[in-house]
Amino acid sequence: MSAPSTTRPSGSLGSIVSAELLKMLRRPATWLLLGLWPSVQLVFSLLIPYVSYRRGNSYEGSPPEVLLAGTLGDRLVQNSLSGLPLFGGALVMALGALLAGSEYGWGTLKTVLLQGPRRLTVLAGQVLALLVVLAGTVAVTFLVTALGSWAIAAGESAAVDWPTVGELVRGFGGGLLIAGTWGAMGMLLGTALRGTALAIGLGLVWILAIESLVVNVAAPLLHLFDVGQAVLPGVNAGSLVASLAGPGAVLRTPGVAAIVDGTQAAWALAGFGVLFIVLTGILLDRRDVT
Amino acid sequence: MVTEALTKRYGSRAAVDRLSLTVRRGEVFGFLGPNGAGKTTTLRMLTGLVRPTSGSAWVLGRRAGESVAGVGALIEGPGFYPYLSGRDNLRVLAGYAGAPPGRITEVLVTVDLLDRADDRYGAYSLGMKQRLGVAAALLKKPELVVLDEPTNGLDPAGITDMRALLRRLAAEGCTVVLSSHLLAEVEQVCDRVAVVSHGRLVAQSSVEDLVGRGRLVIEAHPLAAAASIVSELLGVDRVSVVDGMLHVRTGSESAALINRALVRADIDVTGLRPEARTLEEVFLQMTGPEQAVDDPSRDDPRERRRGVIGRRSPVR
Repeated sequence: MSAPSTTRPSGSLGSIVSAELLKMLRRPATWLLLGLWPSVQLVFSLLIPYVSYRRGNSYEGSPPEVLLAGTLGDRLVQNSLSGLPLFGGALVMALGALLAGSEYGWGTLKTVLLQGPRRLTVLAGQVLALLVVLAGTVAVTFLVTALGSWAIAAGESAAVDWPTVGELVRGFGGGLLIAGTWGAMGMLLGTALRGTALAIGLGLVWILAIESLVVNVAAPLLHLFDVGQAVLPGVNAGSLVASLAGPGAVLRTPGVAAIVDGTQAAWALAGFGVLFIVLTGILLDRRDVT
Repeated sequence: MVTEALTKRYGSRAAVDRLSLTVRRGEVFGFLGPNGAGKTTTLRMLTGLVRPTSGSAWVLGRRAGESVAGVGALIEGPGFYPYLSGRDNLRVLAGYAGAPPGRITEVLVTVDLLDRADDRYGAYSLGMKQRLGVAAALLKKPELVVLDEPTNGLDPAGITDMRALLRRLAAEGCTVVLSSHLLAEVEQVCDRVAVVSHGRLVAQSSVEDLVGRGRLVIEAHPLAAAASIVSELLGVDRVSVVDGMLHVRTGSESAALINRALVRADIDVTGLRPEARTLEEVFLQMTGPEQAVDDPSRDDPRERRRGVIGRRSPVR
């Protein structure tokens, strides 16, 4: 018998990413989840503060003009990303869990693998396609927020002072880093639990409840949690947004707080993202597909 | 495709137990066994979805799992994205397979699904889903096609089409491994079959040998003298005595020769007929609940069912 060969013709990574994009973009759930993120972001970062300003409401003793100032163009990065550590992250995590977990529920993982690609190539294609979609969504979020800020400024005859290109690039990169980390966490949960429902449920509990309890309840009481909160992905996401928002920003969105340094937060998130993908790869590569 | 002592254990239970199979290039090979016999687990190991606990499997000259490039497979039912059309599902898979876009229409035509190719997969009937699964298996123009219950959900016309497709694939030089419960289909289409039960190989042979074609049953008196004459005529290893009858491994063309020899020797021949069993009968006999499975070397299911293995012996 001939010696084993490792020859394994299959689609190129480019064609696999295209296939994954076709899957994701034709899926209604993708549009629902990623449409909700900029929509909710717009409502809470611009619409509600602006309506409050128009009604003459004050914010924590500050005059209504503070609310208006917070909706203008110079706050674009903060207003685009402030939801990502919490609700935006939850939506992206759900997307990642759907992307990976559905393959088990529908039995499509075996169908895909039977076409010949290596398992880790499949994962690489999925991760790259997810990043492409998330990059588009971050860009759309920036765009709709900018349009909203511009409309408010025009309506109030306020001066439009946009962030510099450098600030925008850093903001876009930070947003993609946070979204990518949450998406990778969803993929890990969907793969580990070989399904979507429990993966999304556990992910939501972690993002919306556990981290919040650690930061708001446990950390003030116990030193261990006060130190330990610095290694939570949500805390690092919130710290990165706080850092990108700049020193003078009013941080009123839950989950956004400068608990750790911005650079440290970026590295921590990158580390989490890589860790989640590596663990997903190990599970995908080593387990039987039944 | 060759497996050597292929084994898959889940805890203490062996789903596949030291299975050794050989499928020759270009043949249509039937893989039979009752539910839970280990067929699908074996096919999963051959296609790299499941790793064996021990043993080895070689497909197209490479270790199983490394050689799926030339293998197209439908394992345990079709799995597709329900919100995509049949065509888009194949488009996704073609991206993974590296198959050219034009191949999608070709396989849709092959499985007679072109008319409904743009409907959502979720709206497909079971038979249409099955046909799309076969189309996916053919996307890469494989040298080896592994089909696990491909006729599930197909109507009679669909089954006939599937049979024709399998024959066409074989005629084009494609090796086909077919797992099916439709034994009449297997009997019509397959060159050779393997039967597994409780994870172990019970039999592996040509369909003809398995159903006993090429075997004559003779009732004669005195039996010992008749056995002696037939043994001299055809060879001792071709003759055995079962339940007071001679079983002779030979085609019906030998019937006249044997009859003439026995009559000349003044032996009363009261019966001489070809043994005729369907594959279904053989299968049920081989895999029935009372069937011992710890001796795969036994090759006569009828005798095992009757518990007469010990009484069977070549006539010397």
